Amino acid sequence: MHCHNPVCTMEIPEGARKIVLAGNPNVGKSVFFNALTGMYVDVSNFPGTTVDISIGKYKDDVVMDTPGVYGVSSFNDEERVARDVILFADVILNVVDAVHLERDLFLTQQIIDMGIPMVIALNMMDEVKRNGLNIDIDLLSKELGVEIIPTTAIKKEGMEEMKAALARAKVGNRIPKVKTLMEKVVDQVDVDAEALLVVEEDENVLERHDLKNQYGNREEIYKLRRNRIDEVINAVVTTTNQGASFRTKLGRWMLKPITGIPILFVALYLTYQAIGVFVAQTVVGITEEVIMGQYYYDFIMGIMTRLVSETSFIGQLLIGEFGILTMAPIYLLGLLLPLVVGFYFILSIMEDSGYLPRIAALVDRLLTGLGLNGRAIIPMILGFGCVTMATITTRLLGSKRERFIATMLLGLAIPCSAQLGVIVGLIAPLGGKIVLLYASTIFVVFVLTGTALNKIMPGESTDLLIDLPPLRIPVATNVLRKTYIKSKMFIMEAGPLFVLGAVVVTMLQYSGTLESIMDTFAPVTEGFLKLPKETAQTFIMGIIRRDFGAAGLNDLVSQGLLNPLQTVIALVVITLFVPCIAAIMVIFKERSWQESALIWIGSFVISFLAGGVLAQLVL
Amino acid sequence: MTLDLAMRGQMIEVVTIPDATIRAQAIRLGIYEGAKLICSEKLPAGPVILQNRMQEIAIGRNLAKKIAIKAL
Repeated sequence: MHCHNPVCTMEIPEGARKIVLAGNPNVGKSVFFNALTGMYVDVSNFPGTTVDISIGKYKDDVVMDTPGVYGVSSFNDEERVARDVILFADVILNVVDAVHLERDLFLTQQIIDMGIPMVIALNMMDEVKRNGLNIDIDLLSKELGVEIIPTTAIKKEGMEEMKAALARAKVGNRIPKVKTLMEKVVDQVDVDAEALLVVEEDENVLERHDLKNQYGNREEIYKLRRNRIDEVINAVVTTTNQGASFRTKLGRWMLKPITGIPILFVALYLTYQAIGVFVAQTVVGITEEVIMGQYYYDFIMGIMTRLVSETSFIGQLLIGEFGILTMAPIYLLGLLLPLVVGFYFILSIMEDSGYLPRIAALVDRLLTGLGLNGRAIIPMILGFGCVTMATITTRLLGSKRERFIATMLLGLAIPCSAQLGVIVGLIAPLGGKIVLLYASTIFVVFVLTGTALNKIMPGESTDLLIDLPPLRIPVATNVLRKTYIKSKMFIMEAGPLFVLGAVVVTMLQYSGTLESIMDTFAPVTEGFLKLPKETAQTFIMGIIRRDFGAAGLNDLVSQGLLNPLQTVIALVVITLFVPCIAAIMVIFKERSWQESALIWIGSFVISFLAGGVLAQLVL
Repeated sequence: MTLDLAMRGQMIEVVTIPDATIRAQAIRLGIYEGAKLICSEKLPAGPVILQNRMQEIAIGRNLAKKIAIKAL
């Protein structure tokens, strides 16, 4: 059989069925995935995207997880990946949030319309009664034509029944009119399920089969499906009382500015205490200074000094001030890794609890002034973890215009967790006024740049339309798994760049170029920024990675070269400085080269300008 | 009238939604021409929150200005 779907390139053992988990975001799919597959899971990148999918085994079958989506189509990367995996499934385990049938059953009916055998896990059953709902499961099963297993995954209820039911998966009750439409195109596609996406005008599926969009009637089909689902829900769901639970109330408080803003500040304060204070100071104090700075350093020096002379070029390259075996691993593992792990841990909690979309709604008004909508807060927050990854997530924004503005602001004014950690460590001891000066300078630059871009750039930005999922207590294993995967990605990405950076700076230093660059830039560094000329070396380090630059600044401060106000100026420059090599490479991939060059040069100019203006004002 | 003029707690029916892409995304979340929903919250100058049982959707103020509704 000919195949146009990237899933075909994945290795599936012969005779194995492909069991695919599908569901809306945050419905607990991964708990089911873990229950089926156990420990041995392969996380791999889906070809051509940044989306990871997990693949495991259940008995003789292959189990695949998909990103949470509201429907099968191609509005964003997650949907495209979910679509391709679902299309080639032999069996679908559809995880449905029992308190959100209105939203979730749309996807369910869509998969039923594809004609793929399925079983439904009706999850979060514990919340149904608590929210005063009653669901007639037998009737729902009869209406949809597939077996439904009530579950409460986090309490492991219904998991065995769900496994047993997989063998009884069947095709549900398809909407007759949709089936008729599909029959007209079914001979032009590889698998029957694709016929649905052809008539639903999915551009990628049409393109893959060289079809013109002439069969389509997405809007009509969506309406039929919506009406069908609403009809089913009205028949099976009854509301027993209207009492809002505490979580519903808390969710509302998070939205209203009068309570939402204080809650947001509390959340940010706790994050700061956890990362800025506990991790950046206590943990890093041990990992950087003791474990890496003493034990590791003594160990590596003990071995290496017997092999090479410390003052030779090779010696400098390996174990010198910027050595591949000394500075690079000490910064990376001792300083940055703990910060990055801490950040992703907090972010995963925010993601899984359902708080992020509420922040998006809360800040929507503010971001519209910068030509963005509330959704852009997601890449912005992610940027505090890693700007490179955040740049990729700007894809979820609705227009090119927004993607450019968000990418520029990310590249310019959002310090990543690694850099932020060093900054916090440097600035916290200098007192509240200095912290305020730093934070307000960065904020002003952020707002001015966004406002200016919004004024200058042609076109219009899209508006917010976002699902506010119920608030939930995150599942610990999920949070830890996400943290682990993302931290691992950070090390894989930053590691080689740190080695590269160490080599470049050592070579510049050894050849004397570093000295002459410092001299050349002295008028700018000393005259305009009012900083010692050595600061230029941290800017060179900053071109490679801004956190690398900030770490270099750490050294200068500990040598006593900078006073508190100079430290702030240097930090402002290094914060606003050009995006790191990894980020700029991604920017070049995501945006046109003109836009990317503009972002790079723009950051360079703005960072020096902001630092210079600040220097003239305060010094 | 348009959605941005709906009052908090008011029951409304969606009359028209502009733009085919927005229609396609909104219908999956339960917002479509003819849908009867509650305007459960309005953020000052910010998004309007529409609710159907436990389901809540935030709609940016500018988009809300383009969605025609009638009060029920």
